[in-house]
Amino acid sequence: MEPNITKVTTHISHNEQLIFERSQPGRAGFSLPSLDVNEIPLDEIIPHEFQREDDLAGMPEVSEVDVVRHFTRMSSWNYSIDQGMYPLGSCTMKYNSRLNEKVARIAGFANLHPLASEAESQGALQVIYELQKHLAEITGLPGVSLQPAAGAHGEMTGILIIRAFIDARDGKEASASRRVMLIPDSAHGTNPASAHLSGFSVKTIRSTTEGLTDLDHLRELCAHGEVAGLMLTNPNTLGLFERNIKEICRIVHDAGGLVYMDGANMNALVGIARPGDMGVDVIHLNLHKTFSTPHGGGGPGSGPCCCTKELEPFLPVPRIMARTVDADDEHRLKSMLRLDFDYPQSIGRVKAFFGNYGMMLRALAYILTHGYDGLREATEAAVLNARYIAHGLVEDYDKPFAAPPMHEVVFTDKRQARKGVHTLDIAKRLIDYGFHPPTIYFPLIVSGAMLIEPTESVGRQELDQFIEAMQSIAREAVVNPELVLNAPHTTRIGRLDEAAAARKPVLRWKPVAPRAATGDR
Amino acid sequence: MANVPENLHYSKDHEWVRVEGDTAVIGITDHAQDQLGDVVYVELPKEGDEFAANESFGSVESVKAVSEVFTPVSGKVAEVNQSLNDEPEKVNQDPYGDGWMIKIKMSSSGEVDSLLTAAEYEDFTKAENE
Amino acid sequence: MLREIGVASIENLFDSIPEDLRLLKRLNVPAALSEIELLKRFGDVSALNTAASRASFLGAGAYSHYVPTVVDHLISRSEFFTAYTPYQPEISQGTLQSIFEFQTLVCQLTGMEIANASMYDGSTALAEAVLMAERVTKRSKVIASSAIHPQYLEVAHTYVQHAGIELQHSPYCTDSGTTLTESFAALDDQTAAVVVQSPNFFGCVEDLQALSEKAHASGALLIVSITEAMSLGLLRSPGSCGADIVVAEGQSFGVPLSFGGPYVGLFATRDKYARQIPGRLVGEAYDKQGRRGFVLTLATREQHIRREKATSNICTNEGLIALAATVYLETMGRRGVQQVAHQCTQKAHYTAHEIAKLEGFWLPFSAPFFNEFVVRASTEAAPLLEKLANERGIDGGMALSRFDSNRPNEFLVCVTETNTREQIDALVEGLRSSV
Repeated sequence: MEPNITKVTTHISHNEQLIFERSQPGRAGFSLPSLDVNEIPLDEIIPHEFQREDDLAGMPEVSEVDVVRHFTRMSSWNYSIDQGMYPLGSCTMKYNSRLNEKVARIAGFANLHPLASEAESQGALQVIYELQKHLAEITGLPGVSLQPAAGAHGEMTGILIIRAFIDARDGKEASASRRVMLIPDSAHGTNPASAHLSGFSVKTIRSTTEGLTDLDHLRELCAHGEVAGLMLTNPNTLGLFERNIKEICRIVHDAGGLVYMDGANMNALVGIARPGDMGVDVIHLNLHKTFSTPHGGGGPGSGPCCCTKELEPFLPVPRIMARTVDADDEHRLKSMLRLDFDYPQSIGRVKAFFGNYGMMLRALAYILTHGYDGLREATEAAVLNARYIAHGLVEDYDKPFAAPPMHEVVFTDKRQARKGVHTLDIAKRLIDYGFHPPTIYFPLIVSGAMLIEPTESVGRQELDQFIEAMQSIAREAVVNPELVLNAPHTTRIGRLDEAAAARKPVLRWKPVAPRAATGDR
Repeated sequence: MANVPENLHYSKDHEWVRVEGDTAVIGITDHAQDQLGDVVYVELPKEGDEFAANESFGSVESVKAVSEVFTPVSGKVAEVNQSLNDEPEKVNQDPYGDGWMIKIKMSSSGEVDSLLTAAEYEDFTKAENE
Repeated sequence: MLREIGVASIENLFDSIPEDLRLLKRLNVPAALSEIELLKRFGDVSALNTAASRASFLGAGAYSHYVPTVVDHLISRSEFFTAYTPYQPEISQGTLQSIFEFQTLVCQLTGMEIANASMYDGSTALAEAVLMAERVTKRSKVIASSAIHPQYLEVAHTYVQHAGIELQHSPYCTDSGTTLTESFAALDDQTAAVVVQSPNFFGCVEDLQALSEKAHASGALLIVSITEAMSLGLLRSPGSCGADIVVAEGQSFGVPLSFGGPYVGLFATRDKYARQIPGRLVGEAYDKQGRRGFVLTLATREQHIRREKATSNICTNEGLIALAATVYLETMGRRGVQQVAHQCTQKAHYTAHEIAKLEGFWLPFSAPFFNEFVVRASTEAAPLLEKLANERGIDGGMALSRFDSNRPNEFLVCVTETNTREQIDALVEGLRSSV
């Protein structure tokens, strides 16, 4: 093993095939009690032409131990937070508490049907109500909906709310000329996509050389009278706090628009500052980022939407409200929680039932485990860690913006590119050092960007290991660039030919002869 | 150094035009395909579709990027290079030959005169890179 | 650490935030709880959910099915649930290969050619299918059956309200309980899609073959929505009936009820629409040594590349829940899914027959059903069900008045393999003695 790499070595990695390739007719992994009612011939209850025609051909038949080995082996191919730091900027990959997992599995929550009566779901509604209250406090925005299932969903909800507000305020005719959403050139791709879904066209605002929103350009764009709003991330995707945020909000408000904040970077603000105080009208949060709910390999997430009192009437329905009942009977609850659908100006429902309820449980557990001190300390540690990395890497990597970063910092491959080594190569080589790469090539305004966010869940030792790894790669880029260009070397597969995969997409297994080039049987 | 054949006309959006009588054969330049990377998909119009000069007629996709392609001349699509459906890599391998995209029957033959010459295009791409 | 980076104190870390924005007092949230206190707190709160531990015949979009023990164990492996989106394929093959298997299973069950890596749930998957139909056909009218789950229709309306799509409703037949082809009188060459749910909200099985022929005759797509995915174990696949897009709620496959989420949306369509499908896709790929792996592909459809022209704004989906469904489907396998579906329908038909024998109760719809059916009582359903719950500890079904005040006497009953003979007989007895 190479002397520079001390954090990791190699271990067994199985060549596990697809489950369909290990399937054998007759194997079974389940047991069901026998049918305890009299069986009626199927043709008598379901007409033959409506019955299944293919006997579920192709679906696997394996035993329970096959399934367990299959997934256990495949799981060993994954990097995960439990193995180490994920310096992914904008993703806030913090520790996923096991306690939260236990809470989510409490039978009284896990087995509750969403259409059970209100009276018999008070516990479930209480969780929603409490979480709403805490998120309102954290953001400084009192109107909350937990219905959106992910950040992009919360974004869409927020922008629909803006649209509904303006339609109501100006009347349909006047508002028809207000269809522009301003979005910074550094924004996450979901921002313009969500704006488009709500019937807006997008105009891009430039950033200054400092990396902040260009106020003059903002004024210029707002002068046209067609601006419905601004979508802003703060701190922005460069990890920099928009110190002119109050002025920015004022400019947009004066022009008749509203300010939407992408809350992906809340990990730099919780307990320190509140978007509501900055003049923001509506924000979405990512429970799977700031509030530690697990990323699960691509979800589930949860994207609550929080807004000002003025925008509350437009929130999705149903809303969970408290109703005070008789205080006479001391054994009854002082106030009962209920579902309120009576919001004629609501944008409507954005999802069936209540949202990703299981993630709400976890997020509430996170907030209660941390408490007011813990939440603020987490933010402080997150920013300190990012600052520490910034300090540690500035000698070896180009840091395009001088301002001290908040919870994430961006570097580029400018110096390494002179030797033909690019961001992608640095990222892949970092894998050999035992780390997941940072976010690469985002934001788009920074060429060769590496956006690094350690979060508070990393100790000094691992931060130092990360810094040393990056420094070592910087040296390798000079003395042995091939090593970096052909990385990773220690994973079970190397860089994949993504172009070939996209040209002739194979998106499912089929029971025909496989391609000649399968090498790992 | 990207290849810039002499006998073609060029646009600032990095398309080339080869005039064959009243028909314009159109594709993207060597410089463009190099910037894009491995082409995985080309979205093309149908025969008979009409476009004005500088209108987008389709797009070219690599793994991580999409670029619209614009016709430098107005007219009606006479032929489309269907082989790009199965072999989009032709755009990389032979951008001026097998990688051609569409043939347009020009509605106004004078339009090509306002396009760039090979030398002008070369200067243009050099300036863009600085 | 502060000293090393040259910062005087923790407060100075936030110097870039203007002073007038800095919080001076602490957040008004509770003080931190220890693990013991936290578990007690949540335990006490959960005890208020008295409906969670009862015999239940509730369906209507969320279904109680047996979940094999291994499902939760396997999705609880660190490497799966604390992993990130598989953007770096070399260290995400566990996630990627699982998704590829998920996509395959969804295709097999729905009878379609390609499926994505998941949507948020069945309702948003339906909304996205409507948007996709407009993209594909370039037509702006969509006709949806009123026998679709009301919440699904609400979500679809929210999504299309500014998309320039006119979403109309078509009636259903009050005798059969299904959507007849005649209902689609407004179908013309401006129609992008016809949308039906099967089994529908009332549990009735729709004639998808006839509906697809009707839709295709006008050049419209047929979108089929499914809330009880277990029905696919027994009913003819929508794909073989000519569906163009199939969307479903996958919660029946190994996902706990959990008061409505997280669930998982299934989305499947034809190969020719591959570039118009929303959501993530995992494809097969090879490295230089010819080793097979899997990778996120056709990303140029998605928001991070196409931005406002993307097929959808979806980014994070329901990865771990899709994994749960995958583990479930592979554990139960071909025969297991068939057996569960078989038991569901047998028990449901037994229940329906017994209830129909009772005086004062009828089955108003004549169409075949899988495991859900509507019962009409001679009295109001909501109080009847409340009495049943309070006196016998049984959730007998869902009063339709909850969604439609014009149907005070009707309720929807769902029976799955988890309902025992004892529970069913107790339900029937409870209904008998209520009148």
